Amino acid sequence: MDVLGRYRNLIVLVGVLFAQVLGLAVQVKRTTDSEPTRLIRVWAVGAVTPLEEALHWVQTSTGNVWHNYFYLRGVRAENRNLKQQIERMSLEQVRISQDADQARRLQALLAFKEQFISRTLAAQVIGSSGSELSRSVYIDKGESDGIKPDMAVITADGIVGKVLRVYRSTSQVLLIDDQTSGVGAILDKTRLQGILRGTPAGEVVLEKVMSDEAVPPGELVLTSGGDGIFPKGLLVGRVTKVASGSELFLNIRVRPAADLSKLEEVLVVTKIDERQAQPIQAGAARAVDILAERLPTVPSKPENAVKADTPGAVAPGTVAPKGTSSDAKPKAVSPGAAAGSGAPAARKTASSPSSSGAASGTSSGTPVVTPSGNAATATGTPAVKVSPKSVKAKAPTTTTTAPEPPPAVEDSPH
Amino acid sequence: MAVTYTSGEQVEVYRFSIPATILIPLTAVFLQAWLPLRFPFFTIFDLPLLVTIGFATARRSPLAGLLTGSAIGILQDALTHHPIGLYGISKTVVGFGASSLGIKLDVEHAGARFLLTIVFYAVHEVVYFMISRGLVGLRMAWTWPHELLSGIANAMLGVLVFMLLDRVKQRT
Repeated sequence: MDVLGRYRNLIVLVGVLFAQVLGLAVQVKRTTDSEPTRLIRVWAVGAVTPLEEALHWVQTSTGNVWHNYFYLRGVRAENRNLKQQIERMSLEQVRISQDADQARRLQALLAFKEQFISRTLAAQVIGSSGSELSRSVYIDKGESDGIKPDMAVITADGIVGKVLRVYRSTSQVLLIDDQTSGVGAILDKTRLQGILRGTPAGEVVLEKVMSDEAVPPGELVLTSGGDGIFPKGLLVGRVTKVASGSELFLNIRVRPAADLSKLEEVLVVTKIDERQAQPIQAGAARAVDILAERLPTVPSKPENAVKADTPGAVAPGTVAPKGTSSDAKPKAVSPGAAAGSGAPAARKTASSPSSSGAASGTSSGTPVVTPSGNAATATGTPAVKVSPKSVKAKAPTTTTTAPEPPPAVEDSPH
Repeated sequence: MAVTYTSGEQVEVYRFSIPATILIPLTAVFLQAWLPLRFPFFTIFDLPLLVTIGFATARRSPLAGLLTGSAIGILQDALTHHPIGLYGISKTVVGFGASSLGIKLDVEHAGARFLLTIVFYAVHEVVYFMISRGLVGLRMAWTWPHELLSGIANAMLGVLVFMLLDRVKQRT
């Protein structure tokens, strides 16, 4: 008994250490999803995160006051800059959309299935693990918000990580720079695939890229979709340094696009859909369009040869009413023009004094309606402005064979 | 004044009130989790470790020291994604060591506290490193400059933390 009393502290120390080592061994050994330490984690997170949420609320409230009342001085200049930026981006968008259309057509031909993010949930970062050896953060959305483990977490700049543990109102997100994380990645131009991992020092490296490949610094790194968590094509970061690594692989260092040390708001990808790529259709195909494509074409006449009183003469890009006596078959049909062609309103416009005087009588049927809602004569003379009154009352009298009713256009009151 | 006698030396033994015993470690863990979001460099500090050392040296009870260190470490572990026990074991050792040393040494002076913190920071890191690699199989990188810098930074912050703890500790 005296020995036990003398070494009491040491015995307790050994006992406590042994218990913890045993607990560690159980956790490491267990490979199933059920966590023996779940209760401890729930208690710890439940004790700490309410304080974090409260502090975050105070901080954002104060920040909102600042932004709403004191930070408006630069809004005018910022607005001007943003408008300029929109103009530049609009031009860029035209080019990109053409490329995208082409890509979709090719994907459709190859029966590709593409993944796309169909639903996200915005969340605030409220805390971290507090350890530089465990790179994870806590967000203010949890099980009650529909968050589940292994959901991707992203920002507008790039990917951030994945949901690791979910609690009732908070979730733990494992960042991509943690040494236990792994993301399937692909280099943008060279299309080399690898695995993105964090290092103990907090850097991000792309592994498993063969050393005989040439990877230029500065190349973009995207998600490959191979990990089943991140959809393909999300921005990961940029290659900063390439060196020969151990064995046969390159040591590629990547700088994440998202600033992982200053995360404030993130998006949790709560739903990813998969569908077969389909080219974007300009609109539903109409019988008149298909017919126009199939029928033989009429060579375009010289402008001076087209008389205004020539029945069936058609302005470029427009179609004449089929019910007219014209034999002309239009080659190209613009959607709006076709819809408006042959409408009674257009024929009525022909008798308008303001329209081309040559266009007279329903038999000529020369005036047509442009996509913009203007009437144009067969000779391509400036369109006659028509008011958007309904023409449906006269629709039964039309002789057009177009399957769809024309847009609601009507000629100007006389 | 309550005085304990150990090896012929006079050392004072202090205690902390129950609210302080609960709230101070909790606050330390909370700040450790919250501050790095605003100040990323704060991850080099280990505020729960400093509180463990501060509590242990003030109480001068190895039993209390190891239990406090164990509790704080497990709480800290629970916020990480690593298995629970890494910080727990490390801080148990530190709590026991700091309180055992506190019995024999005068740790009331800033200089002594500074050195004590550096020593126990190193002990903590070594134990954590060994367990992480040996038991859990984590890839760990030991970099001397980083550890030295972190040790000094923690020691400097530790002097301030111990001064704050001096205000709430009570003589037994």
